[in-house]
Amino acid sequence: MLKEIKILADHGKQFVPDLRNQPVSARFRGRPVISEDITSEQAEKAAAMCPAGAIDRRSGATDLGRCTFCNECALMLPGVYRFTNDYRIAATRRESLVVKPGQSDQLRIDETAVRKEIRRLFRRSLKLRQVSAGGDNSCEMELGAAGNVNFDMGRYGIEFVASPRHADGIVITGPVSANMAEALEICYDATPSPKVIILVGTDAISGGLFAGSPAVKRNFIENHHIDLYLPGNPAHPLTFINGVMDLLKL
Amino acid sequence: MSSNLYTEVRNGSGPVGIREIPVLDYGRFYEEVISLLGNERYHCLTYFCYPAGPVLKFICCIADDGSGTIRILSHEKSDDGAPLRSLTESCYAMHIFEREIHENHGVKYDGHPWLKPVRYPHDRADRQNVMANYPFYEMESEELHEVGVGPIHAGVIEPGHFRFICNGEKVLHLEIQLGYQHRGIEKLFADEVDGLRRAMLAENIAGDTAVGHGLAYAQLAESLAGYMPSGSLQAERCIALELERIAVHIGDTAALCGDVAYQLGQVASEALRTVVINTTQSWCGNRFGKGLIRPGGTNFPLDEEIAGELLRNLEVVDRRFGTVTDCVYTLPSVLGRFEEIGTVTRAQAIAIGAVGMVARTCGVPRDTRATHPFQYYRQMAITPAMQENGDVLARGMLRALEVKESVKIIRRLLDEWRAGEKTSGRPRYDLSFTPDSLAISVTEGWRGEICHVAVTDGDGRPVLWRIKDPSMHNWMALALAVRNQEISDFPVCNKSFNLSYCGNDL
Repeated sequence: MLKEIKILADHGKQFVPDLRNQPVSARFRGRPVISEDITSEQAEKAAAMCPAGAIDRRSGATDLGRCTFCNECALMLPGVYRFTNDYRIAATRRESLVVKPGQSDQLRIDETAVRKEIRRLFRRSLKLRQVSAGGDNSCEMELGAAGNVNFDMGRYGIEFVASPRHADGIVITGPVSANMAEALEICYDATPSPKVIILVGTDAISGGLFAGSPAVKRNFIENHHIDLYLPGNPAHPLTFINGVMDLLKL
Repeated sequence: MSSNLYTEVRNGSGPVGIREIPVLDYGRFYEEVISLLGNERYHCLTYFCYPAGPVLKFICCIADDGSGTIRILSHEKSDDGAPLRSLTESCYAMHIFEREIHENHGVKYDGHPWLKPVRYPHDRADRQNVMANYPFYEMESEELHEVGVGPIHAGVIEPGHFRFICNGEKVLHLEIQLGYQHRGIEKLFADEVDGLRRAMLAENIAGDTAVGHGLAYAQLAESLAGYMPSGSLQAERCIALELERIAVHIGDTAALCGDVAYQLGQVASEALRTVVINTTQSWCGNRFGKGLIRPGGTNFPLDEEIAGELLRNLEVVDRRFGTVTDCVYTLPSVLGRFEEIGTVTRAQAIAIGAVGMVARTCGVPRDTRATHPFQYYRQMAITPAMQENGDVLARGMLRALEVKESVKIIRRLLDEWRAGEKTSGRPRYDLSFTPDSLAISVTEGWRGEICHVAVTDGDGRPVLWRIKDPSMHNWMALALAVRNQEISDFPVCNKSFNLSYCGNDL
């Protein structure tokens, strides 16, 4: 008993009180900022170097759906590319993930892309079934962390559940391996409508480094409406929670 | 050093000429491998084959834990469809490698008891083998029933299928079908020309072991290029590897407590894991250490500020986690769920070729930091933490001991790092590789021994990258552990191993 009291005393208060404005370390790489003065040579050079193929050859814009946040562009062209530690990088449209040169505002989800029933039905309670389809276990662990004692997204009624029958939607991680494609379809079909689809991490959004692999089969992603994109490699728990809160307008 | 039977190398030593490795006839190869593996100081790091002109070339790397050397043996086989005599018959630990060779290249084996698919790779030899027709072991009896779990599990974890044969609540047999996570990593490696992309692929093999696999790749690339990393870089890499070990072990302790409804242990450990991974994030911007390990140098050299934060946080984590584990592992209600549950015997661990944590919980001191030291461990004497009982409790307690050890190791590394010159340098993505050669790299990730092997062609282009995660050996340990256990103890057994699905499926 005394030991337990000691643990509790040491533990103190661990929960993050304000999930919207929790500071993270300076080096954390979130939303990039690209100089509006980027030259076409610089854009070309960055695009040729970018290991994820996330940078547009002509404009130098960065697609967060492909970006692995490796920081190599910022190291190669300091002053042109820079990563802020802003973790609020969710989007409701795929094209909104492209950060253009000179764009320095926070990313906001496009409200017009949010289906009305999502907020009407799920605002007070959103239960999700997670499906890892070739995920490397880092996004999965961050999603687990989103419900832990620090981030505690359960306070908003957002939770992962075991059965798709109990879920209001699915959260996909990984590039969707061909060997997992059928199980993903079955899980989605087993979830009652209306339901949401959320993609977490670069692998899920674009295939990431595995986009060209013959072992990946992305038909499911291509054939369904995606409600929310949450970039990262892996996506930070705060990216996930803030993105879902924006979707639900919490 | 070489004999007429094998070529001998050390972990991370330079590449060996592929033509210098003696090619044995299969009978001689068979005898030699069986005679070595009959002695527990030897175990197989990796065994694979690849097409080399008109023949399939087989390479077997056997670690000698006594002398710290690695023996490379080889044989060749023409594509005549004739079967080979299975090594698995005499040495069960080879089962997984022969299954892989069979699945990838269609090589037939005589006498293999369990020649089943490993991961259903996209380029498998037999396309008739599909996930849906996996040949599960069956027992005919009206008193038995089967329980199928997965690929999608109740928790937020990776996919895999577990098929139990039960008598009432008691598990008689568990078979684990993997492959759902297959992303074709080895093929992507082989086709990739960009050194940066390869480094990134390596840290995405298993995201929970980004440092372990990232380092195995970096070390391999450096070995192929004959490049020696500086002392400070080696020390920094070892610090990162130990941080990864601490973070995962604490997270696993949280999961174990959660599974037996001991909430205090769970939440206290979760919070401590957060402290550790946030320290990694302060260092390199990523909670899993992605981006930190690169060949030739690093983008995030350690500095005094980060080193100070690291020491301060470790002090707190060490003390608080010590209090938590003292409590967890003396609490009768927890011990009742951990003690003598999911036992793997020493004999079983040796038989299946268990490595890393699983071996060390069964009294088998396999730790490549001690036996095949790499990076800065070469200049340190590592004494692996050990447990003997091979049960869930042993796997839990080993984590507690290893966290303590890793904290000490990091402190020593930081002392050395502070005393030495800071010459970590920038990454090198353009390292040119020695032609016609083979190199081996072994690291000790938190699960155990990670082994990467590469072979280059006459122009120094890699024609083959071969990746082995410790889970390849250890999944069989989980299957054995749950025999004769209550099926309700499966989750806690599974958590106690925490093996990698994507590390196996590649």
